[in-house]
Amino acid sequence: MTNKELIIVGGGPAGLAAAYTAAQTGCHVLLIDRNPQMGGQLIKQTHKFFGSEKQFAKTRGLNIAKKLISDVETCSDRIEIICDATVVGLYADQVVNVLHNEKYYKYHFDALIIATGAGEKMLAFENNDLPGIYGAGAVQTLMNLYGVLPGQNIVMVGSGNIGLIVSYQLIQAGVHVKALLEAAPKIGGYKVHASKLRRLGVDILTQTTIQRAIGNGCVNQIETIELDDSWKPIKGTEKLIDVDAVCIAVGLSPLYQLLAMGGAELKYVPELGGMVPIVDGLHQTTINNIFVAGDVAGVEEASSAIVEGYLSGLAAAAKIGYQQPDYQKSIADYQQQLKNLRSGPFGAKIRAGLKKVEAKTNA
Amino acid sequence: MNKKDIIICRCEDINLEQIHDLLDQGYTTIEDIKRLLRIGMGPCQGKTCGLLLQQEIARYLKCKTEEVALPKIRPLVTGVKLKAIVEGTKDER
Repeated sequence: MTNKELIIVGGGPAGLAAAYTAAQTGCHVLLIDRNPQMGGQLIKQTHKFFGSEKQFAKTRGLNIAKKLISDVETCSDRIEIICDATVVGLYADQVVNVLHNEKYYKYHFDALIIATGAGEKMLAFENNDLPGIYGAGAVQTLMNLYGVLPGQNIVMVGSGNIGLIVSYQLIQAGVHVKALLEAAPKIGGYKVHASKLRRLGVDILTQTTIQRAIGNGCVNQIETIELDDSWKPIKGTEKLIDVDAVCIAVGLSPLYQLLAMGGAELKYVPELGGMVPIVDGLHQTTINNIFVAGDVAGVEEASSAIVEGYLSGLAAAAKIGYQQPDYQKSIADYQQQLKNLRSGPFGAKIRAGLKKVEAKTNA
Repeated sequence: MNKKDIIICRCEDINLEQIHDLLDQGYTTIEDIKRLLRIGMGPCQGKTCGLLLQQEIARYLKCKTEEVALPKIRPLVTGVKLKAIVEGTKDER
């Protein structure tokens, strides 16, 4: 078994950022990602980001990924990267096992950062397994990464920022977005994205959900139904829409599986998407030397994932002996950046959620 | 509503009717239902169906989603061939 100083699971925005700050301290890093390339979800995000300059606002997601990857490449003497590799197990004696090209490897680590991100939530409705029904992640992968359209006439389910942005990207690609359904009485994402869709003539149907997909071999139609104030379907409000694709964007849930098998204390926090680890101010879990960064610690934006990555990379490296002279100052700066990102009305939910998972801390 | 056509676990092809049958028989924990139907035991190891099943049980028992215990998570997070494990741990014997 090989020993590694710091292992990072996941090469999305959080994992890349963590690898960079950790390597800057002199620490040796092994960065593992299950996809063929680094960058996580950013590589399929063609839109420009909001926020402040520090977190790459006004830059397109795929270009943020390029920047983070090129930062990591400047430290190639200290950062080893394995793509197409899945961390399949985490054990109490600081061991992970990895599946790569059908081969099984074991590594001992001094510190570990789990940056596995989040997975898409699914919906239960009739014929939800018909071909043509996609998650929003799959639509972005097909369309933005491989240039393949998911269909010609689509209905989007979910009005969070992902649902809104992907609808806009579908229109840009020439797909007819026939409607956007939202079960809640209000749009979930930013108004600025929703307004763009309305200007383009997309029907945004609130308090409406998908009840049934119809089709023989693939989806041809969907049946929608309106919901009352207690989320109950209202009989007689069923409507049919002709489609050849449906995109489900009903939220994300943290991929907590490795943390659970390692024995980290977890808590169900709906505001953060599901099961999340209890963490201290340095993003260390209740297991010594195991840190988290990004959506696995609570579903947020890529911008906060990046800052959490910078912070946990620095903190994990310090924990195993690579403390920089300006360590306290840098940590305080990242903590302040996170606070700023979560300020304002849109951060209220995240702030409430994070309060529930704060461990007693001296950070 | 045709519960047979509502797929909850895509990996093991488990539908809502099968789940409601077990709930009606008194099997109301994810661990029980998992053992009886293999729900959540396929390639994705419950990443997609876990939340759906949890919500369905909560609706049936009329309790909060988080009050329905999630199943124990064990290694490995995805399917690994025994051959790979045997070969990968040769130096340990």
